[in-house]
Amino acid sequence: MSETIPPTRRSAQDYETAVDSADRRVAAFDPHRRGPVEKLQHVLHSNPTLVPVIVLLGAVAVFGVVSGSKFFSAFNLTLIMQQVSIIGILAAAQSLIVLTAGIDLSVAAIMVLMSVIAGNLAVYSGVPAFLALIIAFVGGTAAGMFNGFLVTRVKLPPFITTLGTWSIFYALNLWLSGAQSIRSQDIDAAAPLLKVFGETIAIGPARITYGSILMVLVFLVLWYMLNRTAWGRHVYAVGDDAEAAELAGIRTGRTLMSVYALAGFVCGIAAWASIGRVGSISPQAFYEGNLQSITAVVIGGISLFGGRGSILGALFGALIVGVFQSGLRLAGVDVLWQVFAIGWLIIIAVAIDQWIRKVSA
Amino acid sequence: MKTLFAGSALALVLCAGTAYAEDTSACLITKTDTNPFFVKMKEGASAKADELGIELNTYAGKIDGDVETQVAAVESCIAAGAKGILITPSDSRALTPVVGKAREAGLLVIALDTPFEPIDAADATFATDNFLAGELIGKWAAAKMEDPSKAKIALLDLNPSQVSVDYLRDNGFLNGFGIDIKDPTKMGDEDDPRIVGNDVTNGNEEGGRTAMENLLQKDPGVNLVYTINEPAAAGAYEALKAVGLEDQALIVSVDGGCPGVRNVEAGVIGATSMQFPLKMASMGIEAIKAFADSGEKPQASEGLEFTNTGVELVTDQPVDGIPSITSQEALEKCWG
Repeated sequence: MSETIPPTRRSAQDYETAVDSADRRVAAFDPHRRGPVEKLQHVLHSNPTLVPVIVLLGAVAVFGVVSGSKFFSAFNLTLIMQQVSIIGILAAAQSLIVLTAGIDLSVAAIMVLMSVIAGNLAVYSGVPAFLALIIAFVGGTAAGMFNGFLVTRVKLPPFITTLGTWSIFYALNLWLSGAQSIRSQDIDAAAPLLKVFGETIAIGPARITYGSILMVLVFLVLWYMLNRTAWGRHVYAVGDDAEAAELAGIRTGRTLMSVYALAGFVCGIAAWASIGRVGSISPQAFYEGNLQSITAVVIGGISLFGGRGSILGALFGALIVGVFQSGLRLAGVDVLWQVFAIGWLIIIAVAIDQWIRKVSA
Repeated sequence: MKTLFAGSALALVLCAGTAYAEDTSACLITKTDTNPFFVKMKEGASAKADELGIELNTYAGKIDGDVETQVAAVESCIAAGAKGILITPSDSRALTPVVGKAREAGLLVIALDTPFEPIDAADATFATDNFLAGELIGKWAAAKMEDPSKAKIALLDLNPSQVSVDYLRDNGFLNGFGIDIKDPTKMGDEDDPRIVGNDVTNGNEEGGRTAMENLLQKDPGVNLVYTINEPAAAGAYEALKAVGLEDQALIVSVDGGCPGVRNVEAGVIGATSMQFPLKMASMGIEAIKAFADSGEKPQASEGLEFTNTGVELVTDQPVDGIPSITSQEALEKCWG
């Protein structure tokens, strides 16, 4: 008992005992429990294609009930595929550009110009059809590279660049075509190869055109390139944060250039497909194609801010537009209300995209 | 103010180099400068203007429906002191205020091809009688079909904005065929069960094809197809051919463009009503010349509110009681 600690010393040492009763964790994340809405937000963030897929299936189901067998028939569903095939292919090209945080207002103009060039050469100048098509592909690629040059070298914003080239390509198209369509019969006589994508395979009531198949193939090939090759990862990286990509050793200029060239090439393919789809070569067709392709991309959940979204989303986006138009039409809805509905689809799609982007970590 | 400035800037660009070499100047404002119909119109106007010593400035909208560019063009013409304006309004109602300003400023305003609403918004209108053009193909179709009471009619119109040329041709056709058209200034208000439906084409092949597919989807038994113009007709034919129904349906159209006439020759189009854009424009220039010389304004055709520049039915399958010309004869008169 001689060892009794004087009261003053005891209190001086005892303060440390308080540590034992305190929380020993130095730092930790807030153990915040996710509500169902936040869980959904996370799921959507990691699967950006989920929204368009749900909307597409939902729309097909709803219109199937509302408009019945006229809508929900193999014939009509394959018809929708046909009707969206050209805008779909353009949307694939558009997706490439949008993934790099750009926008391309000239895709449809490149396509129509190339279809006019191929048609003029093959029908009027006697150039073999396959050669005329190769020239159209090369021309499309060159047109894309011209956009790419202005964006990467002259450092113009993609919006302004393609706003300008849209008019330039459109004017060239009118000049070359004399604003005259090339008739279906003339193409049949001189260069039937140009119309090959209009051929249909009939499986029962379904009518699948080669053009519809081509659209799906274009998407699958581009999906593979974007998701399974180094080049594809570079495209996403550049779109997400160009500076960071540059610091990581990606040659951003070269990557961007390749994206624009590829998009132009895809527009060249679309030119071939469009001749089959329309039947004739019309310099006036697809004037709104540029904007319709952006609509498909946006509804498909590809972020306009770049680097996020799957190219397959654009395919679903194009199909959603087609399904809405067909469904509303068969339900007897006026054209202007179809336009109205598509407008809301765009706004809702972008609003959802913004909401998903807000997800934390 | 902003539009006035934009208009003047446009005028400066377009008029550079041709300023005031001649006393009388006139303007031609078309919907677009891409449609061969307007190209022909411009040719006709230019040739006549050269002949009469009138300086002609031409303007055009970028696409059909481009009202802003046309408004700016009218303002430029007023500013440039032109004697008269020939215009194909992109929107028959929206442009009436600005042409009103032009008339107040003392210009002679003549609508070509598409009448204004009201029609007296212009001093005169030189146009195809579009209702008659529609009526001719409607009557022809009724005479051609074995049993018009079993018709299933697809109507391929221009666009959703109910412009006059669109509803006049559409209602003219239905009237000629013998269907009660209800309001003659509205499309799609008819309740005759023979009508499968209306859809829009934007007057080109791509739109024509899609619209035809849509209406076939509503009723695959369509056997008579009215089309706003021949490119839309060509597109409709492609859609029918794609499902093997091209022999089931009779296609009729309006315009008289050369590719369209060749499609009549090829049997794609059964009959089309031909109009004469070159004549509209040259008559318009003559009227401006007369107005500049004597202040005299053109008179409308008898019984009509406008000056009819003529319409002829083109078909290789003539029917009794409806005068027509063959595609061979028509190829010599066609435009574009």
